[in-house]
Amino acid sequence: MSQIAAVFEQANHKALIPYVTVGYPSIEATLKVVPLLAQSGADIIELGIPFSDPLADGVTIQNASYMALQQGVTPKLCLETAKKLHNQVKTPLVFMTYYNPILSYGLDKFCCACREAGVSGLIIPDLPPEEGAELEACACHEDIDVIYLLAPTSTEERTRLVAERSRGFVYLVSLTGVTGARSKLPADISEFVSRVRRLSRQPLCVGFGIATAEQARQVAQLADGVIVGSKIIQLMEADPSLGTVASFVKELREAVDR
Amino acid sequence: MLPDKRGYFGSYGGRYVPETLVPVLEALTIAYDEAKRDKVFWAEFASLSRDFSGRPTPLYLARRLTEHCGGARIFLKREDLAHTGAHKINNALGQGLLARRLGKQRVIAETGAGQHGVATAAVCAMLGLNGIVYMGEEDMRRQSLNVFRMRLMGAEVRSVTSGSRTLKDAINEAMRDWVTNPRDTYYLLGSVVGPHPYPTMVRDFQSVIGQETRQQVLEKAGRLPDYIIACVGGGSNAMGIFYPFLEDKEVKLIGVEAGGKGLDTDKHAASLAAGRVGVLHGSKSYLLQDESGQVRETHSISAGLDYPGVGPEHSYLKDTGRATYVAVSDEEALKGFQLLCRTEGIAPALESAHAIAYTAKIAGGLSKDQIVIINLSGRGDKDMGIVSAALGVKL
Repeated sequence: MSQIAAVFEQANHKALIPYVTVGYPSIEATLKVVPLLAQSGADIIELGIPFSDPLADGVTIQNASYMALQQGVTPKLCLETAKKLHNQVKTPLVFMTYYNPILSYGLDKFCCACREAGVSGLIIPDLPPEEGAELEACACHEDIDVIYLLAPTSTEERTRLVAERSRGFVYLVSLTGVTGARSKLPADISEFVSRVRRLSRQPLCVGFGIATAEQARQVAQLADGVIVGSKIIQLMEADPSLGTVASFVKELREAVDR
Repeated sequence: MLPDKRGYFGSYGGRYVPETLVPVLEALTIAYDEAKRDKVFWAEFASLSRDFSGRPTPLYLARRLTEHCGGARIFLKREDLAHTGAHKINNALGQGLLARRLGKQRVIAETGAGQHGVATAAVCAMLGLNGIVYMGEEDMRRQSLNVFRMRLMGAEVRSVTSGSRTLKDAINEAMRDWVTNPRDTYYLLGSVVGPHPYPTMVRDFQSVIGQETRQQVLEKAGRLPDYIIACVGGGSNAMGIFYPFLEDKEVKLIGVEAGGKGLDTDKHAASLAAGRVGVLHGSKSYLLQDESGQVRETHSISAGLDYPGVGPEHSYLKDTGRATYVAVSDEEALKGFQLLCRTEGIAPALESAHAIAYTAKIAGGLSKDQIVIINLSGRGDKDMGIVSAALGVKL
């Protein structure tokens, strides 16, 4: 069983999955914040490899990606950073990035480097399963999970396809839109999760727009995991000592355990 | 018949987009296939092409340009005479009719030079649709006249301040809008780029250029041309004129990319000449990128060619050798611009001036019984500010 799948084997446990952009605001900050996220109750940690054209991201992650790239962050540096983190924390690490940096690195070479760095999975928002067969073959060879996404617009046919092809868990995009903190959960989230649940036995994790402990609590009642990204980045910006981020993630932990 | 069912031209194309958009693109593909078979749809397209866009556009024998070059006979396909001043109207009209057919009232588009934005604004006004155009802040500055034109026609122009603030970023922003409003919004993409079915659909609507050209050259010269030369940014005017000639192997097809300040610098936009295969804006194609797969910022004196990607069918035509792609610098394009003004009394768009410049390079070496057709994709009024500044003339 993959490291990611093992997270969902724990009875009555909901997964908490925070996201950070590697190298934002600095590589040092990433090396510091990830162990803090792990200690504060994260089950899986998403590491964003910055891309020049993040078309599924809202302004917070767009800006973080832009700043990280300005400082010379590359996929290679992200792999090195992940390796350092893997030696420090037991929490499974997954990369979130776009397809072009991986394609440019070489699909084989990248998956091999992920295994060596201790990265367990890949989330690629611009790679639907129809285009993912090549990457899946390389990833499978290195025991890396390719995690596919579903959206509120996904048809029943596509829901079955994604559920069948995704490894580790299925990433449910809560809303039609880009990443970014929202003040309210979408009204149809419960219906969306149960619609997928009827067609899939995979663990379901919900992301996009989740920014408060209360929202995380509500989502945890429906799904198997909660993904929080932009809000984490905003708190890192507001308090570079990272104390606020750590206490926010602890709050999220309590909320999803409730 | 290309593309295949998954939208691939050989190994290029596809649908690399967020899941949210995949079902929308599937539905669009089906709707377009239905429209494609519907005679009523094409009858309306043809009738509005004639009465609204002013088609057919003439094929004009450029006698003095021919004389100046001293070789092959040069014809100009006068897309500059089409309504709104460029070939962009063909695609905007076709997709506008499709948006209305799908019952989508809200239409979004991106624009670089503003030509596609103006064409979209005009079609939305004519069909009574709500048009929103995303345009990079840098391009809004370079092409302020077109911004004003779009607003006069009732379109909302939204300034894009992310990244390099040009066409690439305007497409990112339009796609973010579409991901947010997938159900009620039609994305009227302006070139033969993007996810399947856009490269095919835009090519089909633009191929009216090549169909007319084929008939006109047969009438005027009694035979097919030896060369067809067109500028390539995303590549819609080139694809439109090339497509009906793909099976005529004796017709050489040449795409002219923006060489900017030179291919040996990083200030150009020649994806086919200097890029490598990558994925941007939903399709796999040649792409200007750095060694770690980040999309490079590009440069061209013409905003419409200032784009790091290129349509997937062009990548396929390059690899198979059916078309040849070359690059022309900013400086050469400026000379081409002035040359056409002086010899023919026609001011070309700076984009099209790249095709003029390349023709001027080769036509002299061809014999007088050979024929070259240039796709004069747009007119140059919008570029007067840039050209005068480049020539050091204060207006």
